[in-house]
Amino acid sequence: MIINHPLLGPRDAAEFVYLGDASLIDRPDWEDPDADDKFYEYGYLRDNPAGAHQELWYHEQGDRSWLVVTRNTLSHEITNVELARDVAKSRGRDR
Amino acid sequence: MRYSAFKVFMQGLTGNKGWKPVWREPEPKPEYDIIIIGAGGHGLATAYYLAKEFGLTNIAVLEKGWLGSGNIGRNTTIIRSNYMLPGNEPFYEFSLKLWEDLEQDFNYNAMVSQRSILNLFHSDAQRDAFVRRGNAMFLAGADAELADEAQLRRELPFLDFDNARFPVKGGLYQRRGGTVRHDAVAWGYARGADSRGVDIIQNCEVTGIDVENGAVRGVQTSRGPIRARKVAICVAGSSGRVAAMAGMRLPIESHVLQAFVSEGLKPVLPGVITFGAGHFYVSQSDKGGLVFGGDIDGYNSYAQRGNLPVVEDVAEGGMAIMPMIGRARLLRSWGGIMDMSMDGSPFIDKTHIDGLYFNGGWCYGGFKATPASGYCYAHLLARDVPHPTATEMRLDRFKRGHLIDEKGQGNQPNLH
Repeated sequence: MIINHPLLGPRDAAEFVYLGDASLIDRPDWEDPDADDKFYEYGYLRDNPAGAHQELWYHEQGDRSWLVVTRNTLSHEITNVELARDVAKSRGRDR
Repeated sequence: MRYSAFKVFMQGLTGNKGWKPVWREPEPKPEYDIIIIGAGGHGLATAYYLAKEFGLTNIAVLEKGWLGSGNIGRNTTIIRSNYMLPGNEPFYEFSLKLWEDLEQDFNYNAMVSQRSILNLFHSDAQRDAFVRRGNAMFLAGADAELADEAQLRRELPFLDFDNARFPVKGGLYQRRGGTVRHDAVAWGYARGADSRGVDIIQNCEVTGIDVENGAVRGVQTSRGPIRARKVAICVAGSSGRVAAMAGMRLPIESHVLQAFVSEGLKPVLPGVITFGAGHFYVSQSDKGGLVFGGDIDGYNSYAQRGNLPVVEDVAEGGMAIMPMIGRARLLRSWGGIMDMSMDGSPFIDKTHIDGLYFNGGWCYGGFKATPASGYCYAHLLARDVPHPTATEMRLDRFKRGHLIDEKGQGNQPNLH
């Protein structure tokens, strides 16, 4: 697989480390009264879709940026690559 | 029809014209007591033990493709019970004991071959860890044997003992481990279940699970609705897709694992050998091909094929322990989809929906578990209490903090 890095251009997926579903960006608030349940769901439950999947890849052998890659789990086709910090900011996080 | 040497002889004399189809192809009935989704190894074993051990036969096994078309038909056929943790080891030892009697039990030649499995170690620290694992195996009634370098030099002279980076210092044997003819396992269980009245319905895809007032009522399929009091999901690899029909999210990611087989060679490997410093395992099939594999690719996938970096990694693992493998030509490689769970261990449990049961999360260790998985799932379905060896394999264990994490990797499925 080739990941089209937003800053570096097309790179071999072997340069990256895979973490998992990009929902891991949305860490629950520890002060929430339901924090126990929310952290359980955050830490352990996954949608695991067959089709488009947003996921976190880390460019360990490159510029060490975190990316959000949209990839089809049925065909491995990558349709979108963004910097994870841009995604996090667009979801209301400060960094 | 029972098989025997006499029958083979007689059929040989009469042109082999007397053999009959091994299972029926029934039309689905409108209602069953129990529907099992998935006619793979585990689903067929579940149906077999439900019928044989628990006397329940009003059962349908629904299969989207043909029976045995999933991971039972694409694994590396290894059986063993060399686990460590209390929630796992008794279960896998139970499974190995079932393997040992399986062929007599279902009167079918599954080519169970206890040719041993050897886990190599490459350092003092790793030997200590293996001694500990061997002792944990003894506690569950399994067998284990520590072999030093001198013994292995005699038995397996082709290993790269003096490898500069990962010298072979010895290994932990489980002599009762080995290999089984994987397709025959599915066929044997299918035949045994079918002959006891279980309907195995192929080309029947489940498209929905009917739930009313928190209780399961049946399933929707590509061949019409079928009612049932109990529905048993048994589709490891596709668990996420099927559970989603019941609105469930699971502690599972689907990943692709590749496997490889070389051209046929003269006998060179006496048993199963695994690399201790990387992920590589190899055995030789009775046809002569070297059957081997390594790590999962590491990203979510439902495509039954992988990518080249893992092919390279597996080849490097093979070259590191037995350089002679470099002379063998690769015949085929393929991929299968694994339910990778959050702690590397499986689930055999009820769900929050009355009458809906779940079996999955086998990571890439499902084949060896086939008999015990079927037996324990049948026990749960028939009696509504878990089998004594499967009490820890609960869906809610992460919420309770009772993980079964053999590798101690935490909640990252692609590291298990």
